[in-house]
Amino acid sequence: MSRLNLDTAQIQECRKLAEKISKPVEEMIAGHTTLAIERATLRLLGVNGAVQQSQQVVPEVNVIIEDLHKAGILGQGVLRPFVGAMLDSGLSPTELGRQAALRKVKLSAPPPGRSRQIEAKALELCRQAVAGLDGARTVRDGLRAQVGDRFNAQGKGGPCLYVIVATGNIYEDVVQARAAAQAGAEAIAVIRSTAQSLLDYVPHGATTEGFGGTYATQENFRIMREALDEESKKLGRYIRLTNYCSGLCMPEIAALGALERLDFLLNDAMYGILFRDINMKRTLIDQHFSRNIIARSRIVIHTGEDNYLTTADATENGHQVLASQFINERFARHAGMSDDLMGLGHAQEMNPEHPNVFLLELARAQMTRDIFPRSPIKFMPPTRFKCGDIFYSHLMDAMFNLVGVTTGQTIQLLGMPTEAMHTPLLQDRWMSIKNARYIFNGARDLGSEITFKPGGMVEGWATKVLGDTLTHLRMIDAKGLFRAIEEKAFAEVSRKETGGKGHAGVLTREEGYLNPLFDLLGEGGPNP
Amino acid sequence: MTAKSKNAKYEVAQANLKKLKPYGDIMDDGTVQLCFTLPVEPSPEAREAAIQLCEKMGFEQIKVATMERAAQGFALFVIYANLKHTVDFTRIHVLKVDAARRSREEIDELIATRIGRKLVVMGACTGYDAHTVGIDAIMNMKGFAGDYGLERYQWIDARNLGAQVLNDELLRRAVAENADAVLVSKVVTQHNIHMRDMKDLMNRAKQMGINEKIVFVAGGPRVTHPLALECGFDAGFGVGTKPSDVASYIVEEILRRSEKQRAPVQVAKKKRPLPKARRK
Repeated sequence: MSRLNLDTAQIQECRKLAEKISKPVEEMIAGHTTLAIERATLRLLGVNGAVQQSQQVVPEVNVIIEDLHKAGILGQGVLRPFVGAMLDSGLSPTELGRQAALRKVKLSAPPPGRSRQIEAKALELCRQAVAGLDGARTVRDGLRAQVGDRFNAQGKGGPCLYVIVATGNIYEDVVQARAAAQAGAEAIAVIRSTAQSLLDYVPHGATTEGFGGTYATQENFRIMREALDEESKKLGRYIRLTNYCSGLCMPEIAALGALERLDFLLNDAMYGILFRDINMKRTLIDQHFSRNIIARSRIVIHTGEDNYLTTADATENGHQVLASQFINERFARHAGMSDDLMGLGHAQEMNPEHPNVFLLELARAQMTRDIFPRSPIKFMPPTRFKCGDIFYSHLMDAMFNLVGVTTGQTIQLLGMPTEAMHTPLLQDRWMSIKNARYIFNGARDLGSEITFKPGGMVEGWATKVLGDTLTHLRMIDAKGLFRAIEEKAFAEVSRKETGGKGHAGVLTREEGYLNPLFDLLGEGGPNP
Repeated sequence: MTAKSKNAKYEVAQANLKKLKPYGDIMDDGTVQLCFTLPVEPSPEAREAAIQLCEKMGFEQIKVATMERAAQGFALFVIYANLKHTVDFTRIHVLKVDAARRSREEIDELIATRIGRKLVVMGACTGYDAHTVGIDAIMNMKGFAGDYGLERYQWIDARNLGAQVLNDELLRRAVAENADAVLVSKVVTQHNIHMRDMKDLMNRAKQMGINEKIVFVAGGPRVTHPLALECGFDAGFGVGTKPSDVASYIVEEILRRSEKQRAPVQVAKKKRPLPKARRK
């Protein structure tokens, strides 16, 4: 149900350009793997322990993959040496992972004569791994059906109330998450500890200390999901869990998130490049494999375009957000994701003192809904112009909520009165949820009752942003994505093709590269 | 009519600066609004507990505006109460950044005529901090709230190193590139990580012998001037700081230091037209 009279030919051209822009990148992706993808592969096979190494707890997969990388035999992927050693030793993947990480078993390139046997076994193991993912998905879908779930990808029935918890201590997070759910929250995001995205390993076990958030670990995922399962049953409505599938361990987080039944994952094709200075190739290759897993497990991703508006002016740069959404959409589709899993992100970040700012925000939000009608678009709250005036801040959030419900956003990350001060207190979250419930209920059908004046300010602004987006995508197409990023096409940030973190972890797939997961994950799985 | 003439004579009470207290709608009423959560179910006992806590805080005439059930086992209160305490405003002394506010043009002019070369100003978000919104507002051409950023200054060579710069790396670059000033932005403050990082930077600078050569400035939503001084910095700037505030300070401080070097221990120093030396 399109509400703004936008030029559909322009929208189509934007999609075509996004496809053209991503084509050479997709070819590059197909010829590469990364350390993180190989680690994720082992994790899906069941290698999820950790070993003690000089005072530090190191995940088994890191030890194994590092050793193989140093030995120069990772170009064909981890599966040939790993499965070869399994056949020799008779150990299970979990047992072998342990022994190899303790360096009691040495992995080496198997002789070519055994290829067929190894390939057959690898296929069997990967089938089991995918069956494990499907199993988790079935449990999750069963629980949703059992307790009731009103989530609708197209935003029908009003936005999903999404809040964050971020105490640094997973057990304290559980207390906060339960309280938020009781107050009316429908999705809980556990914010990660600052800069976890730059760690080239996933920390192990339950954690009680973090900075600005809580570490994303498999055990922390499990603890929070268990609490939310319980709360969902108690409240009679399904509570979603969110974490961050970004940074140097993107594929591993996707694997662990899928195994531990996460519902939402923040996952963006370009965020890591722009905002964490992670190497372009690394990010793009990793996002593809992550999204293969995500597609199979039917997790909803949230892209990070809202961030563009925190470093670049939101009034002037709406077209960068939309251009990036088209590119994110294209990469997601290429990884096998359907529209109803693409939570394209955007934000209400314009200067609140700008004349008629409310109309411009309304225009941008409605435009996003109209252009991505089947996607669970995610609307992010004001942050940039927030300060210690919590009363004004609460009002800004109310206007944001009104725009969200009027324009049919699917997921609404609720703003906090104390944004820019501290990670939310229990009472901050309570206030925000009450604010949102009041507005989402009171203005539930406002959007379908009003029409925008043809050629008026709202429609005019959306038309302008769409036009600028087309121009922007043409420019990116002419330059190529990598050079465009280098020349600040997004968020006024410049990154180089060989710069950034994690570049050394990008590997060319050699002749004989083996990883059946790429094909198996793409098959779609049960009742899609 | 009578009421009007009566009003004309009425004198509204003035604030008593010797005994200052909060103002609601009548001078010295001491009215304060409070909001907090107690980790117990809402109940008459919970309400009484909230009142007793307010009494211990020094409040009287405590009115519980609302007690809400924020979650199972949590009672949230909004309370209005009158504060008994006062402070002597006339005896308050606050450490402030010592610099006159100048415009971009004035600052450029001052550097051109008094220093005669471009000042190298290096900025970064340090440690694990990835929130560049503050440093960007100060450094980027565009600036903040209509005040152009340091990149726009003709006589400032502004170099923004971005996010998650390690202290060692920042100091190495500052030395290698002859920085006159280093701006450090800290946004994440959980477990006082910002203070730990700031102190660590200044300890390293001291070890390298550059803490006196370079002007070190900290900024961030929870940064104050006294906090920056405590961490060994030369100045600190909080919320709402504009690029020209920072530039004004840097230029004055650099001039102060160069004058100190040129005219060591002279009586004339006292008559210096510039503001008082900064406290360390």
